[in-house]
Amino acid sequence: MGVAKYIKNHKDAIEDVELASGIHVKPFYGPEDLERVGFDYQQDLGDPGEFPFTRSLHPQGYRSRAWTTRQYSGFGTPAETNQRWKLLIANGQTGLNVAFDLPTQMGYDSDDEMAFGEVGRVGMAVDTLADFEVAFEGIDLTSIGSGLTINAVACIMLAMYEALARRRGIDPAKISATPQNDILKEIIGRGAWIFPVRPAVDLTCDVIEYATAQGKLPRCNPVSVCGYHIRESGATPAQEIGFAFAIAFAYIDNVVARGYRPEQVAGRFSFNFNIFGNLWEQVAKFRAARKLWAKLLRRRYDIQEKKILFLRGLFGGGGFGLTKAQPLNNIVRGAYYGLAAALGGAQTTALCSYDEAYTIPTEQSALISLRTCNILMEEIGLRDTVDPLAGSYFVETLTKEMEEKILQEMERVETWGGIVAAVESGQVQRLVARQAYEWERELQEGTRVKVGVNKYVEQGEEADVELHEYDMATADKQIASLKEVRAARSDREVKQRLLELEKAARAGQNVMPALVECCGAYCSVGEMAGVLRQVHGEMEEPSIF
Amino acid sequence: MSASHSNPRPIRILMAKPGLDGHDRGVKVVAHALRDAGMEVVYSGLHQSVEKIVATAMQEAVDVIGLSIMSGAHLPICQKLLGLMREKGMEDVAVVVGGVIPNRDIEPLKAMGVDGVFPGGTGFEQFIEGTRQAVARKRGA
Repeated sequence: MGVAKYIKNHKDAIEDVELASGIHVKPFYGPEDLERVGFDYQQDLGDPGEFPFTRSLHPQGYRSRAWTTRQYSGFGTPAETNQRWKLLIANGQTGLNVAFDLPTQMGYDSDDEMAFGEVGRVGMAVDTLADFEVAFEGIDLTSIGSGLTINAVACIMLAMYEALARRRGIDPAKISATPQNDILKEIIGRGAWIFPVRPAVDLTCDVIEYATAQGKLPRCNPVSVCGYHIRESGATPAQEIGFAFAIAFAYIDNVVARGYRPEQVAGRFSFNFNIFGNLWEQVAKFRAARKLWAKLLRRRYDIQEKKILFLRGLFGGGGFGLTKAQPLNNIVRGAYYGLAAALGGAQTTALCSYDEAYTIPTEQSALISLRTCNILMEEIGLRDTVDPLAGSYFVETLTKEMEEKILQEMERVETWGGIVAAVESGQVQRLVARQAYEWERELQEGTRVKVGVNKYVEQGEEADVELHEYDMATADKQIASLKEVRAARSDREVKQRLLELEKAARAGQNVMPALVECCGAYCSVGEMAGVLRQVHGEMEEPSIF
Repeated sequence: MSASHSNPRPIRILMAKPGLDGHDRGVKVVAHALRDAGMEVVYSGLHQSVEKIVATAMQEAVDVIGLSIMSGAHLPICQKLLGLMREKGMEDVAVVVGGVIPNRDIEPLKAMGVDGVFPGGTGFEQFIEGTRQAVARKRGA
């Protein structure tokens, strides 16, 4: 929402600016500010492509390679999704970002009563390997990378992706997938969680151990740590980064404790950060984050290899910054959010579409988002030179201050007993919920300005929402094909494989090998998740106040 | 100050999220606002079935159930909830709904028996007052 707090005098002159992270901005900055914060070129910036990578991961930045853009897609049945994907690939897209429906994300089969009315609604319905066979029909798994936007049962989806490769006779070492697989942020900010915190973290880490540490799926990025959703829930930009790093370290520590070196674990982590808010604060956030990640990995784990220290990820979205009122203004907001991402050195981006505040984006609005990214990269000069704001008295001071704020937020997590304990007790959730409430109150009181919402409101304008048309026949089709699969598979094998999964889960072993076997035998998502529900139970939500 | 109107029993409200949708920023913000307005707020947590919501409402002896629905399924969910409440003899409990709700659905919801509809963007004052009025109507009835 509004980007910062502004204290003004009676003449509308600004007397104080407080950014969301709590940093106060001065009217002007000079060399003495750099001195005050102890700025040092070698220590704080280094040349682009050099440690600590504040300026860029690569020496030439966007000169050598523009950012990549990815649109989130997937809807209805696997067959409908397959058609859409083939179109995207024919139009030059090199990666897919797969959306799953809520029953799949929650580990329910399409015919479960909890799935009623939700099958294929917000993404593709997946029950068994047969659905992946249809969805990825005609798509080359070795040249197209797939982002799997799923968390609580990310292990099942990645196992299914491997099972699909095996069925096609493709070496799993050659497939490339990025399951989101960040259960802690899911519990804090997105809500599609199933299991209690600790076994849920173990499942997330099973994927990381199997894919990366054991090297079974060496081209897969086993986790995308999402500060994004934590920010959407009410966290400040400094908390977004600080909590995400605390989460990433919790996952690394979990896998290292299983007997691996940190270098074997950390190399393929990726991140997803948000872009709405004050322009300068976002730019400083991205630069500080890239630098801190490299510094902290080196400090905590003594990792020296350059590429392992890279903070890779997607800086994009901006959903919470968009408004239902005067929706075309969101096109303009999106362009400035994209600018923030570019000035912050994003490698990958995707912008929310202007109609996303009230419906699932149309093809036209999604295309405008994509073209906004094209205009930024190819028309206005953002590829000309690396990190163009470097050396600015203001931006460098702010980047140092942001680094300090992020570290403070990480220390706060430590005082709560670490991120796992803090999520278990609900402390993180309560903090961000309270901040979300305060934010909303300030918006209603008018101390934070949101154009079209609490200022420049157009009289007589009544913003309405449109609901994405949902076809009830989707569920019928999906349930019919699930029934066919159930009738055709070997019940004996299914039983046997599920029993082996249960044994592995009860013994505290990595469940990935058992899941790959289950998927190959056409066990359903609901059956596999059901076994894990039986073993681990479900999470009880902590109090919100 | 008239004695008969001072210190009425505080309103008890169950804030509930039916279905699988996990977007809970809105429901938590509303829960805080209602609590600051002096109500006793019970929060159901996510992924609740309608049956579970009704059972919790009975157990917690609330005056009003507040549903937060973003999935677009507000019409069938409210229908089911109100039916179940009638079966259990809970006619004295008010029902209010918020979330992603198109304007054209407001009248059908009210016709069905929903006591207040507050689509996304409704101000705190409006839904606090609307909830108070809904409860007052039930208490008066």
